[in-house]
Amino acid sequence: MAVAGVLHARVDARRYQTNAATRESPWVKRLILGLALAFFALFLLMPLIAVFAEAFRKGWFTYVTALSDPDALAAVRLTLLIAAIAVPLNLVFGVAAAWAIAKFEFRGKRFLTTLIDLPFSVSPVIAGLIFVLLFGAQGWFGEWLFEHDVKIVFAVPGLVLATIFVTFPFVARELIPLMEAQGREEEEAAVVLGANGFQLFWRVTLPNIKWGLLYGVILCNARAMGEFGAVSVVSGHIRGQTNTLPLHVEILYNEYNFSAAFAVASLLALLAMVTLGLKSFIEWKANRNAPTVGAI
Amino acid sequence: MSIQVANIHKTFGSFVALDQVSLDFPTGALTALLGPSGCGKTTLLRIIAGLETADSGQVILAGEDASDTHVRQRRVGFVFQHYALFRHMTVFENVAFGLRVKPRRERPKEAEIRQRVHRLLDLVQLDPLANRFPSQLSGGQRQRVALARALAVEPKVLLLDEPFGALDAQVRKELRRWLRRLHDELHITSLFVTHDQEEALEVADQVVLMNRGRVEQVGTPNAVYEQPATPFVYGFLGAVNTFHGRIEGAHLRVGEATLAHSEDQGEVASGAQAVAFARPHELTIITDPGHDAGIAASVVRILSFGASTRVELDSLTPASDSELPIHYEVMLPRDQIQALKLVEGQRVRLVPSRIRIFQSQAA
Repeated sequence: MAVAGVLHARVDARRYQTNAATRESPWVKRLILGLALAFFALFLLMPLIAVFAEAFRKGWFTYVTALSDPDALAAVRLTLLIAAIAVPLNLVFGVAAAWAIAKFEFRGKRFLTTLIDLPFSVSPVIAGLIFVLLFGAQGWFGEWLFEHDVKIVFAVPGLVLATIFVTFPFVARELIPLMEAQGREEEEAAVVLGANGFQLFWRVTLPNIKWGLLYGVILCNARAMGEFGAVSVVSGHIRGQTNTLPLHVEILYNEYNFSAAFAVASLLALLAMVTLGLKSFIEWKANRNAPTVGAI
Repeated sequence: MSIQVANIHKTFGSFVALDQVSLDFPTGALTALLGPSGCGKTTLLRIIAGLETADSGQVILAGEDASDTHVRQRRVGFVFQHYALFRHMTVFENVAFGLRVKPRRERPKEAEIRQRVHRLLDLVQLDPLANRFPSQLSGGQRQRVALARALAVEPKVLLLDEPFGALDAQVRKELRRWLRRLHDELHITSLFVTHDQEEALEVADQVVLMNRGRVEQVGTPNAVYEQPATPFVYGFLGAVNTFHGRIEGAHLRVGEATLAHSEDQGEVASGAQAVAFARPHELTIITDPGHDAGIAASVVRILSFGASTRVELDSLTPASDSELPIHYEVMLPRDQIQALKLVEGQRVRLVPSRIRIFQSQAA
């Protein structure tokens, strides 16, 4: 919906501007625009510039050294590993959950819809704590896990679990309104024509949701790589082992190693910009197909 | 292939969508399921297709009970009201879909698929548009693609759910004729759902009238129009004038007026409350002020366009329990209306040449 909505917003804005009844006087327009731009520059653009400025303050050499430090490289690898596990899993969960909610009527559907939003509404720190309470040494399953020599908290599995929890809603949230809007008719048509469940999903459902799905995946990935709170609680901050990129930034900063901290932070900022770029590309692409989506 | 349904019962919560419906659709005929919205006609169609399951009863296709056959195996063609074309596929791929999803053993070769799809697109006169996407087509073209897609798997029956419901009047009329011609060429047993009585009467070989989950009447378009079996059918098929009154022997007393009726005396008990129907063309207008037969009414509007003129009238004696006058409609040929020299507001008398009486259910 977020993808398809952009086009309509743009068309509406143009109409309101030319319509005498809804047009604002020029100084009101300038004031509002100025306020928005000033706010944008102060709170969004300046920090972004600051990150890169600080990262390169002591020159290229310091920058490259900070990034090629073994601990930094370990953090990059760990972050990529966590995203590589969490994102595909959430892709599958998200599609399944969206499918169930959008296409079927069942008891507890509302409850499930609300539950999907839980990771958004709960503080990431609490999300992390939940896993410590469940799988930590003093936790519910702590003893059993210790006896069987399984490490979850303060190890990679804990980081993956916490990340999955925090990033769960992205894909499902994106797909539910999209699938609800598309309805069941095309799928019914495919079944009448003899398609089996797999062909139905692969040839009809998936092509219809691909842009929304990709959009959700990209946001999910950005959050998976950038998550701090939940991961911080379950990590234990073991250098070179359980430090993800955001945690590594914090450690460097706490050690007054500012240029290295900003160098690593610039990687995350770069990731954010790539994400935004991809996101706009997908929006553009989906809008080009939007008349197709809307008209049938 | 013949279609039969036997004792189909279907409820949605406490709403009875279909109430013990049994019907027989002859092989090769084009049948219309006609009724107001919510009468259960679409539900019945979806149950025959296998998209919906009946609570009880059977669907018999070609003499075999198909109630437990999955929709995939029923070999029906289904055309949806809103086309349900695959929006990300070209017209060609839409039509080819049914062939491409066949199990490998039955799947035709690519060249054969190509040939069959083009033949079907020729049939629906859309071959030049094979590479377009559904969004680039008009409503009428989309529905023809949907039809070609349904025919591609060589279905034994064709089911159409309000196929022209989403189109504008002009295109609708054209497609209607076209569907009839197509059916005459292919002779595939077809069922289509509509709430448009004109469409049903014009296109179908047989009309099934439904109301509130029940079948009211089955018959040829001529039969259901000329001899409606129930008050509902009378009211639903075409314009009609209604007279509420009491039976007095060979007459119906409507307020102060009496109307002669030709019903069998045994069928309608004298003294019973009854409702009578007459089509607009079955009423005569008498302008002679001394005449005392028929119902007193005043001319409200004279609508003269086309070959026949419609006259709208209001009764002069309001029904006893309501203050509003009763509305009547008369259809007359042009020359007759000119001979009458009617003016708006004029008092006249209405004499039906034929009325059909139904005894009221509750007095």
